[in-house]
Amino acid sequence: MTTPGGNPQSDLNLIGRPMRKVEGLDKSTGRAVYTDDIVLPGMLHGKILRSPHPHARIVSIDTRRAEALEGVHAVITGQDMATPYGIIPWTPDEYPLCTDRVRYIGDGVAAVAAVDEDTAIRAMDLIDVEYEELPGFHDPHAALEADGGSPYVHEAKKEGWNGNITKIVKLEFGEVDAGMDDADVVVEGEYFFEGTTHAPIEPHCAIGLYEGNGKLTVWSATQVPHYLHRELARVLDVDPAKVRVIQPLVGGAFGGKSEPFDLEFCVGKLAMITGRPVKILYTREEVFYSHRGRHPFHMKYRTGATADGKLTSVDAKILLDGGAYASFGLVTTYYSGQLLCAPYEMPAYRFDSTRVYTNKPACGPKRGHGSVQPRFAFEVQIDKLAERVGIDPIEFRRRNFIGSNTRTVNELRVTSNGFLECLASVERASEWADKFRRLPFGRGIGIAGSTYISGTNYPIYPNEMPQSGVQMQIDRSGRVAVFSGASEIGQGCDSVVAYIAAEELGVSLDHVRVMRGDTDFTPVDLGAYSSRVTFMVGNAAIDAARKLKRMIQEAVAEAWEVRPGEVLLSGGLAHWAPDTERQMPIREAFNLAEAKFGTLGSTGSYNTPKDVHGEYRGGTIGASPAYSFTAHAAEVEVDMETGIVDVKKVWVAHDCGRALNPVLVEGQMEGSAYMGFAEALMEEHIFKDADHGRAGLHNAPSLLDYRIPTSLDTPELESLIVESIDPEGPYGAKEAGEGPLHPSIPAIANAIYDAVGVRMDRLPFSPPRMWRAIEAAREAGSLRKPAAPKPTGAPVGA
Amino acid sequence: MESTTEIVRLTVNGDRHELGVPTHHTLLETLRYTLGLTGTKQGCDKGDCGACTVLVDGAPTLSCITPVWEVEGKPIRTVEGLASADGPHPLQDAFDLNGAAQCGFCTPGILCSAAALLEDNPSPQRDEVREALSGNLCRCTGYAKIYDAVEAAAARLRGEGPSRPGPGSAADVQETGDRRTDR
Repeated sequence: MTTPGGNPQSDLNLIGRPMRKVEGLDKSTGRAVYTDDIVLPGMLHGKILRSPHPHARIVSIDTRRAEALEGVHAVITGQDMATPYGIIPWTPDEYPLCTDRVRYIGDGVAAVAAVDEDTAIRAMDLIDVEYEELPGFHDPHAALEADGGSPYVHEAKKEGWNGNITKIVKLEFGEVDAGMDDADVVVEGEYFFEGTTHAPIEPHCAIGLYEGNGKLTVWSATQVPHYLHRELARVLDVDPAKVRVIQPLVGGAFGGKSEPFDLEFCVGKLAMITGRPVKILYTREEVFYSHRGRHPFHMKYRTGATADGKLTSVDAKILLDGGAYASFGLVTTYYSGQLLCAPYEMPAYRFDSTRVYTNKPACGPKRGHGSVQPRFAFEVQIDKLAERVGIDPIEFRRRNFIGSNTRTVNELRVTSNGFLECLASVERASEWADKFRRLPFGRGIGIAGSTYISGTNYPIYPNEMPQSGVQMQIDRSGRVAVFSGASEIGQGCDSVVAYIAAEELGVSLDHVRVMRGDTDFTPVDLGAYSSRVTFMVGNAAIDAARKLKRMIQEAVAEAWEVRPGEVLLSGGLAHWAPDTERQMPIREAFNLAEAKFGTLGSTGSYNTPKDVHGEYRGGTIGASPAYSFTAHAAEVEVDMETGIVDVKKVWVAHDCGRALNPVLVEGQMEGSAYMGFAEALMEEHIFKDADHGRAGLHNAPSLLDYRIPTSLDTPELESLIVESIDPEGPYGAKEAGEGPLHPSIPAIANAIYDAVGVRMDRLPFSPPRMWRAIEAAREAGSLRKPAAPKPTGAPVGA
Repeated sequence: MESTTEIVRLTVNGDRHELGVPTHHTLLETLRYTLGLTGTKQGCDKGDCGACTVLVDGAPTLSCITPVWEVEGKPIRTVEGLASADGPHPLQDAFDLNGAAQCGFCTPGILCSAAALLEDNPSPQRDEVREALSGNLCRCTGYAKIYDAVEAAAARLRGEGPSRPGPGSAADVQETGDRRTDR
């Protein structure tokens, strides 16, 4: 573990050490409760009827035959919930069930509640929907160039616009054209990132319960209980004070459960109509069609550098294929450009990003929202530039390091920054110097770096309230209860608040209970997205715990007739600092405090800095209280005969500020690197075209055909934690859940180039695509080990 | 599809049951819906992901594509049956200790595959662990922590590990700390 600035443990007892998760044994013994594990008395089962057409008008829906089927309790259609919604308040463009038009194969048109699942499935067959098919938009370029000859996917957002456009963002910082003129080398590249999906192992599931007093409860496998709470109230027209959202443990999400989905509204509405609890569980196919995964990006980059390897200018043009609805698309369009401006100093930068609608499942946020695709392109651009100017690509990245406590060209505030240590870690661990350009032909090593946000300074809907809150209470048994609304999706945020309570209040971890994920009794946390949770709920937990700690110190100090600051809480005891033999069990300390102050409880909250962003339209997007940094080295072997790329090992160094529990941080790093590796080599979320089946039909909506890596596919991963001790993070922590994904893909692309001299600019690097690239290079005579750069520090010519 | 119900006799985790089950139900449906043993998970319902893995006659079996009638009279063991009155199975404890369960949804199936491996092979090499788990998809961990956990449990089952410390105790932290320095 690299630790700039000395011993990270300082005076911490638990934080920084490997610890169990609070729900770890529940998960390994089968006791953990996920949404589909819940059965309520009298519960009905729901199903959603979905469109077989990618684009069509709904002429009529006749539900009478379905309603007449024995065992069917209710059938609803779009007219029953005709309020549009959307996770971004400015782009509400979808309905729980389509009202007049379907926009992708899989769009919901009606929902049934029946006595059991089999009856609900039979009832779906009895719903008569008449469609008038419309020409579909399946290609984003065609969608962009459409002239209104056939109906656009949506109504135009602005007068004179093509209705297929969701969002256009053009931003320029510094003198881009002059920067290109100043460059000794300009590299141009065109890249394509095929979409990928989250594929959590748990399918989406929701249960609705409507009680006679008008209270609606929805259990859901969601990452965003608070936003779901708001949207349920608005769309179903229920007083928000009578809506309760309960989030059981979530079986994986990765961004795929971070906005409201049709099933959550449907179970609510069906429960309101029938007076019975209603459950809907997606099939695996429905999970693929609900999607909201990574957007396909068509990217063009021009990047300039001086002969001594300093970036001068970056110019990007990106087309995002958004699918049928806006989802987070407004943010994705900004992120496609805004998050590229570190860890390298860019004197000038321009991006021009357009998101279009197409008649495919909506794209949204997947781990590394909006910035994994451009990071792939850009880190390959850097590799090309480094080669052109003859500088080792790690050295090239060092020379452009943006530093700490600085501003990016787009005015984002960067504070702690351990990127140089990340580079050094992977350089050392991978034995880079012995391998780069030195491995035998067919084997290669590549490097890439990246940055990511630890949450965003501005919430999705504008408000001045905290982004995260925690309540804590202490009882007479010596136990601490933490009430946390943060969304546990496997990353460990329930454990983080427990570690903090134990650290601050001196109790052992098994004396902390975490009460979680219920909008009736846990304070608002905005959700598990944008890598915000540890940073924000962690700070809120510290705030709450320290308020209690001060009361306990004061009460003990009074009893001992010493100063409160001299009372330490640790190891289940209160100690007197000048003489630690003077001590009492923590329970007695708690009891003294309760006697002095009354029942012991506190609240804590965290809000982000609001005054650190660029003063331009969009300048708040990408602004984060802290940025994480990552570097990967990947070693590959390319099989010339089959085009199979065998990733031997990925070294992952990540600056997470401080590892509150290194086991969990490593887990995030390894899981991220795995997911990036999967996108590099295996995964494509693609649809058939008219020549190969029905246009808009998912090519492979199963976990057999949409190939995610098994244990045999996954390369060896080595985690190298770097700690930069962030000034604002909890104990110095920053995010670790998304940043470590970014460099996986370009590191592998750059390793392939080092192996065989072939540039892979189109994802995924599947065997057929790799094989064709090898054959093309063979014909062009360029299939060979690239030349080694000049030794570091040697004079370089233009 | 009209369903009829018939009686099936199952032995699950040592308990014998006589159950009225729709004739088209799978073992997974019977475990989850009829017996309420929800530890076994449904991830894809078509035999692709391995989340529904249970042990039938000691062999890892995809319960979502196993008609319940095929396992009549055979001993079935689920994640709920791995622990004993003495505490969790060493695998279950090692998964917790090593951070091998993130979201935990694939965990019950992986534990069943791993338990079958360790019954057959008390000292598996890493490649053997990878092979044994290759039918269970995990989307969170990149598998690395899972290998650590299986190897740690194997060592404990061979009598090489320390006895299990309480969660959160100093010894617990010490033990996980030792694991790290060993690597």
